[in-house]
Amino acid sequence: MSEKKNHLMEFTKGFLKENPTFVVVLGLCPTLGVSTQVANGIGMGLSALFVLFFSNILISAMRKVIPDSIHIPAYIVIISALVTLIQMFMQAYLPSLYSALGVYLPLIVVNCIILGRAEAFASKNGILDSALDALGMGLGLTMNLTIISLIREVFGAGTITLFATKNWDGVIHIPVLNQYPVRVMTLAAGALLLMGYLFPLFHKIIAKKESK
Amino acid sequence: MSILAILLTYIFINNFILVQFLGLCPFIGVSKNSENAIGMGVAVTFVTAITSVICWAVYHLLLVPFHLEYLETLAFILVIASLVQFVEMFIKKMSPPLYKALGIYLPLITTNCVVLGIALINITNQFNALQSFFSGLAAGLGFTLAIILMSNIRERMDYKPVPKAFKGMPIAFVSAGLMALAFMAFDKSLLTNLHLV
Repeated sequence: MSEKKNHLMEFTKGFLKENPTFVVVLGLCPTLGVSTQVANGIGMGLSALFVLFFSNILISAMRKVIPDSIHIPAYIVIISALVTLIQMFMQAYLPSLYSALGVYLPLIVVNCIILGRAEAFASKNGILDSALDALGMGLGLTMNLTIISLIREVFGAGTITLFATKNWDGVIHIPVLNQYPVRVMTLAAGALLLMGYLFPLFHKIIAKKESK
Repeated sequence: MSILAILLTYIFINNFILVQFLGLCPFIGVSKNSENAIGMGVAVTFVTAITSVICWAVYHLLLVPFHLEYLETLAFILVIASLVQFVEMFIKKMSPPLYKALGIYLPLITTNCVVLGIALINITNQFNALQSFFSGLAAGLGFTLAIILMSNIRERMDYKPVPKAFKGMPIAFVSAGLMALAFMAFDKSLLTNLHLV
């Protein structure tokens, strides 16, 4: 029973206790850079999840083979190979998302979360735990990106952009905000200010949860 | 694009931290006091200027002739990681005092988005070698400018009453947001007004 609970813990810690954006504060650049539209935020979160999941599994599987002195370059090669894969995949099947994410997609390579998890977790733990850790962290990141991009897009543009289907362009318009958007929210300044206010809010939620 | 236009663009108009959100982690992490901020800024500028040129050379002399353009991310990150290692060894040998000042920041630079970011942006913008060098230099200088301003703000903030919930990281983000608002005054019209475009 306790074994099972441990595995569950590895999965759930990414959402609140070790939330990548608000608690560990890593990987901020893509989080803020692409979060102007909800679809981009989700796309970025899922790409990072994919890379994180496979890099954690590969690194965990090879943790006894990789010599200690060159472990960072070895991790970076594994991660950048995965990023190149997802870049080519996205360019072929999701060209609009590919151009929307722009330079931030290749920059997943230097996203501190992925290297950080490889260094802090996958290099020390088994494959199952590493995979669960990656899933939790990746979904936590996707959750943060969705929340941030939702707030920024609703207030900044008065729309919610989701993924387009055959007979729907995927954009929800919000009546009043649509005409009087708070433009600053879509700009860099708004993103940084929003982060400043989300931080205390998030820590309050965690503190409340822990005191229970 | 002229050299002056590139410098203005990447130092002010497209400032890497305050407009493009690249390199936020060291910007928040290393800006607690101004001495460290200057060290980090100088180290980053040094590395971006050199890697921009070398990545340009690798792309145009190695990847394009062999039709391996899709490997750019992989190739660039290897160039950056090995170059940072090389610079670290070089400085350690040539100037121990400089190494003492910059040493701890150099390993961090490999994973700094500014360095890989500017190398990829140079390729997208189809800059030549000289333009790449100056855009790298300007990206580094823009980073240095922002991180020094930020560290000074944070040093002063230590003596100001800040609400408890906002202490530390949150207030740093709010001040960075206000700084970004100020930087919005620099936009593309600056270049047209100066007759650079």
